[in-house]
Amino acid sequence: MTRHLLSIDDVSAEEIQQLFATAAEMHDVQKREVKKLPALRGRTVINLFFEDSTRTRSSFEIAGKWLSADVINLSAKGSSASKGESLRDTVLTVTAMGVDGLVMRHSASGAAHQVAGWLDIPVINAGDGMHEHPTQALLDGYTLQRQLGGPGSLEGKRIAIVGDLTHSRVFRSNVKSLSKLGASVVAVAPPTLMPSGVAEWAKADGFATSYTLDDVLPEVDAVMMLRVQRERMSGGYFPTSREYTVGYGLTRQRLALLREGVPILHPGPMNRGLEISPEAADAASSRILDQVSAGVAIRMSVLYHLLAGEESA
Amino acid sequence: MPATDGRVVLDSRDISRALTRISHEILERNRDAEDLVLLGLHTRGVPLAKRIATRIEAAEGHPVAHGALDVTMYRDDLRTHPTRAPHHTEIPPGGIDGKTVVLVDDVLFSGRTVRAALDALADYGRPAVVRLAVLVDRGHRQLPIRADHVGKNLPTARSERVGLRLEETDGIDEVRIVELEGVPA
Repeated sequence: MTRHLLSIDDVSAEEIQQLFATAAEMHDVQKREVKKLPALRGRTVINLFFEDSTRTRSSFEIAGKWLSADVINLSAKGSSASKGESLRDTVLTVTAMGVDGLVMRHSASGAAHQVAGWLDIPVINAGDGMHEHPTQALLDGYTLQRQLGGPGSLEGKRIAIVGDLTHSRVFRSNVKSLSKLGASVVAVAPPTLMPSGVAEWAKADGFATSYTLDDVLPEVDAVMMLRVQRERMSGGYFPTSREYTVGYGLTRQRLALLREGVPILHPGPMNRGLEISPEAADAASSRILDQVSAGVAIRMSVLYHLLAGEESA
Repeated sequence: MPATDGRVVLDSRDISRALTRISHEILERNRDAEDLVLLGLHTRGVPLAKRIATRIEAAEGHPVAHGALDVTMYRDDLRTHPTRAPHHTEIPPGGIDGKTVVLVDDVLFSGRTVRAALDALADYGRPAVVRLAVLVDRGHRQLPIRADHVGKNLPTARSERVGLRLEETDGIDEVRIVELEGVPA
């Protein structure tokens, strides 16, 4: 297994399946009365979040705690980083306190890569700017694979990823992981939210693109809606919210275009009524809450494989 | 271990007889077998637990709860080996609270696997009694642990390895003793 998890490029298809198999066992821990495994007893993991997050941070925190690690959460707000300390000084300071693993989120693409170069402990990228969010992609793949029938079931499946692709690290990581799992991705977005140079990128990574959600929905085996990231948008990417919903929202009417039982995913947080309607978010085929519980299992699996063995000692 | 290495100390008939005897011993200790749960330790303890359960069922005429226990996360040598993926733990639907749990393993050696299994078990519930059944006891204990039911006591040197194969996992039932090179006796 890799030393750090910075990108889906760090893990092979075989290693992804190994992470999924371990996650399946970790998933069972959630059903137990004693939700605790001693695998990381005596180890300390720090969650260093330079960007707001609820689910990813608490998911990593629960994952670490269920593995018996000591978990410390630090956010940039209220820490020395807000006093002007450099990224390098911040991570060197906190890791000098005897930390065994660092989980990091940062608004700058590539920040986790840079930090990994300064440290000799495993670094896990919990989202870096518009670049990657590998554990989210793993939990999405894991949720879909379980839903579609276990190992190998994503082979040949068609998955639509819909929405704000330009700003989405979840999209970038998912294209890589779903391809490694044998699925084909069709990326759907308005032209203004398609990443620049998408044609060459789509060719290199083997995914399709479309501007018309209605054409895509009837033929897919799963649909993943992405959040419209208004906080990253400096200009006008679409005229009004209403217009976005009409063109690219998973509305009540559009639900009917999906084949029966096709799983609906969303990495959260959702803008209900914008990219996803309440009917779609709460549909029987919605796997959005499954994604959340899978998130803990996947993060337990990643922490275990990166921190428990001799290579990290 | 190549198929021809070492010498065979138990063949398939010996293994079958040993398991039958263990099954009878377990029954003698737990008359009606109703509160009995057999838990095999991965990897080869799992098919052994199933075989013992089948024998007890045949003798008693009703099913015996059995499952599998993985101790990977509870091992004390996690940090000295590359990480291993855990196996699946299967606790029978009735759970283990108040039951007589018999842990089943293939070879009893240092006792560390059994120590880990006792820790794992405590996270699943509180059995009334825990017993240990092993097919082979080769000695060299590092912890104060002994088996309640032993198929075969096999005094070995440290320079030897006990190689156990089972039909379910390896296509053949046999126990071999293999001399390891470079290990002091």
